[in-house]
Amino acid sequence: MSLTLVKQRTDQQTASPRRVDGVAKIRGTALYVDDLPCADVLHGATVRTTAAGGTLQEVVFDPAIDWSEFVVVTARDIPGMNAVKLLENDQVVLVDRAFRHAGEAVVLLAHADPEKLGMALKGVSLVELPNTAPIFDIDAALAAQQEIIPGNIYTDYLLDRGDVAEGEHLADVVIEERFLTPSQEQLYIEPQGMLAHLQKDGSILVEGSMQCPYYVLDALVQCMGMDKDHLRVVQSTTGGAFGGKEDYPSVIACHAALLALKAGGRSVKLVYERGEDLRVTPKRHPSRTLISLGANKAGELQFIDMDFAIDGGAYRTLSPVVLSRGVIHAPGPYKCPHIRVRGRAVATNHPPFGAFRGFGAPQSIFAMEVAMDRLARKLAMDPAELRRINLLRTGDVNPTGDVVGADCFAHATLDVALEHTHYYQRLAEYRAWNAAGHQTRKGIGLATFAHGAGFTGNGELHLASRVSLQALANGHVEILCSNTEMGQGAATTLVQIAADALGLPMDRVHLAQADTSRVPNSGPTVASRTCMVVGELIQKAAGQLLQRLRETAELAAPHDAQSFAAACARLCAVAGDTLVTAQYQPPTDMRWDEQAFLGRAYASYAWAAYIAEVEVDVLTLETRVLDFTAVQEIGDAVHPVIVQGQIEGGVAQGIGYALYEDVLWNERGVMANDRLTNYIIPTSADLGFMHVVLLEGGLGAGPKGAKGVGELPMDGPAPAIVNAIQQALDIDICQIPVKPEMLLELTMSRGN
Amino acid sequence: MSTTMRINGKAFQSSSAPNARLLDVLRNECDLKGTKEGCGEGECGACAVLVNGRLVNSCLVPLGQMERAEITTVEGLPEDSALAQAFVQCGATQCGICTPGMMLAATALLAEYANPTLEEIRWGLSGNLCRCTGYGRIYAAIAQVAGGFADV
Repeated sequence: MSLTLVKQRTDQQTASPRRVDGVAKIRGTALYVDDLPCADVLHGATVRTTAAGGTLQEVVFDPAIDWSEFVVVTARDIPGMNAVKLLENDQVVLVDRAFRHAGEAVVLLAHADPEKLGMALKGVSLVELPNTAPIFDIDAALAAQQEIIPGNIYTDYLLDRGDVAEGEHLADVVIEERFLTPSQEQLYIEPQGMLAHLQKDGSILVEGSMQCPYYVLDALVQCMGMDKDHLRVVQSTTGGAFGGKEDYPSVIACHAALLALKAGGRSVKLVYERGEDLRVTPKRHPSRTLISLGANKAGELQFIDMDFAIDGGAYRTLSPVVLSRGVIHAPGPYKCPHIRVRGRAVATNHPPFGAFRGFGAPQSIFAMEVAMDRLARKLAMDPAELRRINLLRTGDVNPTGDVVGADCFAHATLDVALEHTHYYQRLAEYRAWNAAGHQTRKGIGLATFAHGAGFTGNGELHLASRVSLQALANGHVEILCSNTEMGQGAATTLVQIAADALGLPMDRVHLAQADTSRVPNSGPTVASRTCMVVGELIQKAAGQLLQRLRETAELAAPHDAQSFAAACARLCAVAGDTLVTAQYQPPTDMRWDEQAFLGRAYASYAWAAYIAEVEVDVLTLETRVLDFTAVQEIGDAVHPVIVQGQIEGGVAQGIGYALYEDVLWNERGVMANDRLTNYIIPTSADLGFMHVVLLEGGLGAGPKGAKGVGELPMDGPAPAIVNAIQQALDIDICQIPVKPEMLLELTMSRGN
Repeated sequence: MSTTMRINGKAFQSSSAPNARLLDVLRNECDLKGTKEGCGEGECGACAVLVNGRLVNSCLVPLGQMERAEITTVEGLPEDSALAQAFVQCGATQCGICTPGMMLAATALLAEYANPTLEEIRWGLSGNLCRCTGYGRIYAAIAQVAGGFADV
């Protein structure tokens, strides 16, 4: 594969303008929800169920407490529907009677004094009739001896292309394996929170930390029984989200609004303490994958057969969409005639699992990529070679039956990664090192993958996102969209795209605060869609604005900032209407069959090859990542420093997923290690420099061929690291995180 | 009973209880909202401030220990320092919630080592969690101020 097809970027810093939100964050003046000025505020708190599902019999308020001092809200105070608006109305805002997991909200309290509030929380006791046999395990849920919902299955998908039986017949070598991945906490450093105000006109304003202001608005409409004109949602500076602030902010917003409605005009702040945030908010779905792969002697894949199941927790929430992405990404970026992936999201009595960077793909790709290394070993073939034989090329048919177009860089990423790491040289060095009997063993492992950007299939069509640009009389332009900056750099990237399309310097373009009273619904800030889908819409709106200025305000071509400002002034004086809006139109070649899982699942895939080099201490069995190389084809790096930061940050979370992060559960299905002392994420002491190589094929669906970048760095690290450890220690690993105690068991059982 | 200290170069007297957290005094009495609460147990470093030049987590420091202490929060750092510029240029801030603490950790680090090694930078920041960056851009920013890494 020729590398001249893709541009390899080396000028990260010089090609990157300053972040628009950088100075405020560095000086500490950016206001997060807990920092918002608010006079006479009440603090909110939540009384929660303690059993892993059951029936609430009674709520007892300690008579020693003067409850008239407190705002007290129960399910009876909900003016609208007692259901959190999402895919299905199965989750209550406040428990009235039946509940499915420990940690569901029952009573809300508010008081001006946080200390008194803390005491009052202990003064509310719940009489619960617990379920006799709660379910916390995927296979137990599938066995369905106890049912949370009929059959315990929220969603059951099947991707079935070709004929697996035929593939089995053609395969010379077959491997079978069972893989497990744990839950993972997003661990944004800013805990979740909302601030609600009842306005004088009876409307309600909710401000807070969130990804998706319109999800929150829709939830408030349903729960408060009010129309959109009387509800307003404003995003405050958001201190990290990673998917964790996609759905749950709707719950906190409803709670804060209910308290504010009863608080007689005083504002209510509901900001979670870290432990509460860890125990009740959604995390990554645990998964269980049964996989069988077969290849002929030449190493060509003949079939992929997977049974992929994820723990959805006690309510459906986002599980169907997480599952769908997991199923589509499961067979990897490979050419294979016979593929069957059955995907099921099951009900358990855990709190609902939700969105976290990668959204189902890291789970299924982990299984596939580790299985590829198993297959390589059985074929006595180098894992890189096995991938080279099977990686998709232009003209091949991909796992969902779509013919791969020119935008395919699977081989390019692999070639660059092997070259950049001196893969074969390292492999030989590490083998020699391991044979020499040192105190440590070393290994080099890889993962190749592709990640689809934007909503799956027809999702973007259903969203029908809208973006507006507002020209101001002074020649500045405001971007009005509901997509949020949560650290990923959207504010800078979107301003950059607009400025570029309008031919203006960046300081003339501003991203409006995500305030539902001002901005149109441009869809949620999820699924790596903001730069690619919303950026493209902004570019389109910019074209419309320029056209209007040319037609009605004598904007000459070419223009500069000054002549643009003069035209804006004329337009404002004459027309008054200086707002243009662009709406999403699907690409004409986008065909997706939601039932059969066939067609074009995503407008663009970004391609990647990741290589991990590890060292394992044979005495302590601790694993250290010596080096990590991420080669990433992303279409166009709009802002290379931001892209690099996204990839490095995602890889760091992936390293945590592979080696450290493990959500442990108590007997009631609640996160037991609910502190930062015992839920371990990588620190700077654990992480050195990573090598990020950006390839830009320029063929993505976004501006200048850009693709989504946010989620994909989460897919590769865990399998690459596990493959490296397997090689270092000559063992089989089927589970993450790879903690020393697990390696001890594996090496001891091998000794026997 | 009151506690007298200097915060960002100005004298300040607090009449809160001696067991009040320095974090709450800074945020609620002084309105210095740049100091953030991430975990409340000294693990994340979002609330880090300098006390007599030393980096401490203000959520773990009782006010009673602050008599005559010299406290620097992010608001007390020079606004357009080489470090601040490097943080913006290198992409050392993303969501920004850890950034004030990280700026103070970097300040303390550079006060101790004018030309730190990568190893010294990594250990110097290890009490401050960042979930966004993977730390690489933060190392780069500090190295830019120090004129490169002493060891790379």
